[in-house]
Amino acid sequence: MTITTASSGLSPLKAVLSNGAVVIAQETSMTPAVTISAVFRAGSMYEPAELAGLAYLTGRVMDRGTERRKAAAVAQELDDRGVSLKISTNRHNLAVSATCLAEDFEDVLDIVLDVARSPVFPDEEITKRRSEAITAVRQDEDNPAVRAVEGLLALLYGPSHPYGRSVKGRAEILDRITRSDIVQFHSTRVVPSSLSLAIVGDVYAEQAIERSRAQLDGWGTSPIPRVDLPAVPTAIARRQRSIAMPGKAQSDIAYGFTTIPRLDFRYYAYWMMNNILGQFGLGGRLADNVRERQGMAYYTYSSFDPAPAQAPLIIRAGVDPANVRRAIAAIDHEVDKLGAEGPTEQELSETRDFLVGSIPRLLETNQSIATFLQLAEEFQLGLDFDRRLPAVLQHVTLDEVRSAARETLHTSRASVVVAGPHEDFV
Amino acid sequence: MPLAHDAPIHDGVRDFELDNGLKVLVRELHTAPLVSVWCWYRVGSRDEGPGQTGVSHWVEHMNFKGTTNIPRDQMKGIVERFGGMWNGYTWIDQTTYLETAGRDAVDQMLFIEAERMNNGLYDPEECESERTVIISELQGGENDPEQVLDTEVTATAIRAHQYRHPTIGWIDDLRSMTRDDLYGHYRRHYIPNNATLVIVGDVATDDVLRRVERHFGAIPEGQKPLRKVSLEPPQSGERRVEVEREGTTAYLKLAYHAPAAPEPDFFPMVVLDAVLTGAKGLNLWSSFRVPPPQRRARLYTAVVERGLASAVSGAVVPTSHPFLYTVSFTATEGVELGDLEQAALSAIDDAVLGVDEQEVARAKRQLKARLVFENDSVTNLAHQLGYFETVVGPGFYPRLLRSIQSVTLDQVRDVARRRLTKHARTVGWFRPLRSRSAAAPVALERTA
Repeated sequence: MTITTASSGLSPLKAVLSNGAVVIAQETSMTPAVTISAVFRAGSMYEPAELAGLAYLTGRVMDRGTERRKAAAVAQELDDRGVSLKISTNRHNLAVSATCLAEDFEDVLDIVLDVARSPVFPDEEITKRRSEAITAVRQDEDNPAVRAVEGLLALLYGPSHPYGRSVKGRAEILDRITRSDIVQFHSTRVVPSSLSLAIVGDVYAEQAIERSRAQLDGWGTSPIPRVDLPAVPTAIARRQRSIAMPGKAQSDIAYGFTTIPRLDFRYYAYWMMNNILGQFGLGGRLADNVRERQGMAYYTYSSFDPAPAQAPLIIRAGVDPANVRRAIAAIDHEVDKLGAEGPTEQELSETRDFLVGSIPRLLETNQSIATFLQLAEEFQLGLDFDRRLPAVLQHVTLDEVRSAARETLHTSRASVVVAGPHEDFV
Repeated sequence: MPLAHDAPIHDGVRDFELDNGLKVLVRELHTAPLVSVWCWYRVGSRDEGPGQTGVSHWVEHMNFKGTTNIPRDQMKGIVERFGGMWNGYTWIDQTTYLETAGRDAVDQMLFIEAERMNNGLYDPEECESERTVIISELQGGENDPEQVLDTEVTATAIRAHQYRHPTIGWIDDLRSMTRDDLYGHYRRHYIPNNATLVIVGDVATDDVLRRVERHFGAIPEGQKPLRKVSLEPPQSGERRVEVEREGTTAYLKLAYHAPAAPEPDFFPMVVLDAVLTGAKGLNLWSSFRVPPPQRRARLYTAVVERGLASAVSGAVVPTSHPFLYTVSFTATEGVELGDLEQAALSAIDDAVLGVDEQEVARAKRQLKARLVFENDSVTNLAHQLGYFETVVGPGFYPRLLRSIQSVTLDQVRDVARRRLTKHARTVGWFRPLRSRSAAAPVALERTA
């Protein structure tokens, strides 16, 4: 018997519509389902600093009634098909997404694009969702992990840079955002020229694109106002901050640096450096030390996500309050060591094999394929990026990864925030 | 015209048993060059006696820390070299381990699982080191007020059955358990005739079975452990528990006694939960990552749409013995827990009186869609095959959709009337003490 495995490479179709919207479609056959993901460049970095939380609140109200559908009708049409519409906002994007059965694809695409294009933002819905948003902010205030990471980003980027502000904003700001602010933000930012629409699943790609074209037809657009990000402050000294949260059982450490934008030529070397530091296996060198050798933490790892501006490299650990100093010393040790010596040949080889080998796994579900294709579109990496990526990674040298570590990993320039019930560590 | 297979995804699963009693399920799936291997054991926190709560979970941790033929520092990297991931989890009925990696790593994945089954090292120093890791995991959970409330409500609602204690264990047991406790538990339960190996993905069945035989065939059969539990007596009055801690947000949790998966009430209960809070599907590994469709669900319209709660979620999970049906609410800022509770209970009372045909039909459509969504990868499908084989037994999983579709309105009404009663419920409140946690955000800052 001959077994034929589906090609591991993607073969997406892409169309750029006359109003600037980009539509990408990829056929898959694992399940009779389709993921629709409409990503707009309308994250919190595009909102005015004095209205922090505006993009987030806009997302929370967007699907609560459109010119063609009352809020109850949106709810009914989605619930009847077993579909939950997800609207998520981060610093860069506002995304409207849903997964539906293949048989419901056209109906659900119509709802997703209607919600994105023609929300009416009823006053009573703004009132309700504002209360929910404030509750979510209060929950974050009670969460040591969120407090530590947000505190670190504030230290790294400062209040004038949008990366330094919380996406959800603050309760008192959410309280004063008006319907007019929301309408204005939506009409300026949630527009076809900022849209990347991915359709992935059990649907013919040509049909998906034609259907999207028909749905988006007539949605005119004007150029998106340009946003110039302020310069990212350069850390010249170590900064430490302690956030007291009595009553909590564990302290959360967020420790980090600013790095480089996604389109910097050094990106792949930084990516591999981060993998060695805090990803490979159960958390790279950090987990080997903090968790495996010293038994101090259930989780410790580092993260480094692609971003248009200088992305943060964030090291995280949750530790017993009595071990905060010891855990930071262990992190310092690994940061210093990798920064000074770089990785070994073997580490680089293992990490490269891992990253190359994991591509099929990262492209297994409709949602993960959509995310991958939209990231490639955002940074203009090409429709064949999944096929080119292995060769790109093969070409990264040990010297390049050593340079990345040397440029970034300096304990004397680290920012460290700890939130929890610990005694002061600074 | 659809591109996906018309046949249900569970079709084509083949099952085998080695001479030593190891059950093997194989499903070929050639949509990607990937394979997922899961090894399931019939042991969970319900199998723990006094003084040993948390032992199953701790044993799971130890099985990542070296075996006779895989030195401690070489476990990492075996599947990573093939782009793979590995993990494991423990819950009340089961413990499981998984690897998903490129198809060239099948032998490595099987080797790790065979080693785990028979050759764990349990080095005393490693056991000690892991003690503090697990206590750290417990403390991380205690940072979350919803988890604190869940632990209290579970221990209040269940008095006798071992499901009452948290899977991670009680803190004093974690401080006092010894290496011998861990190793004894491991040796009793980690035997081939207490396990199911599941392989899904880009394999040829005959070939992979030969490999399974090579890796596992020589592991001796053991004496099957007796799984003793205390049956839960009927509850005869409402129970209440209130947690007060530093925090910013109030939470409400309601718990009712749920049927075990094999009981006739189970699927009507799943449909009833979908009517009340939206359909979640039945995959513990993936479903919680996707919010349920719930805008028209009864409790959502009763408390979230009215501004009393910012979120509501329900949970009925397939378990071997009767566990809990829980509904959790996050109180909106400024709303009193008493007002939220009253509205929630009133909506539940209304449901007991009048779930209608349309609601049941919608819930069943939602569940049908969720069953499709939750099988979107070899990893998720392998989880489902192993989970139901281990927790319920053979033949249950392929009938899921049919069982849901055959639920009638009368069954849903009947299960609501019998199970969602005042005398059988437990009400939990988390009341935040705002005085200290909401204090000034920054205590100290230093620039060196």
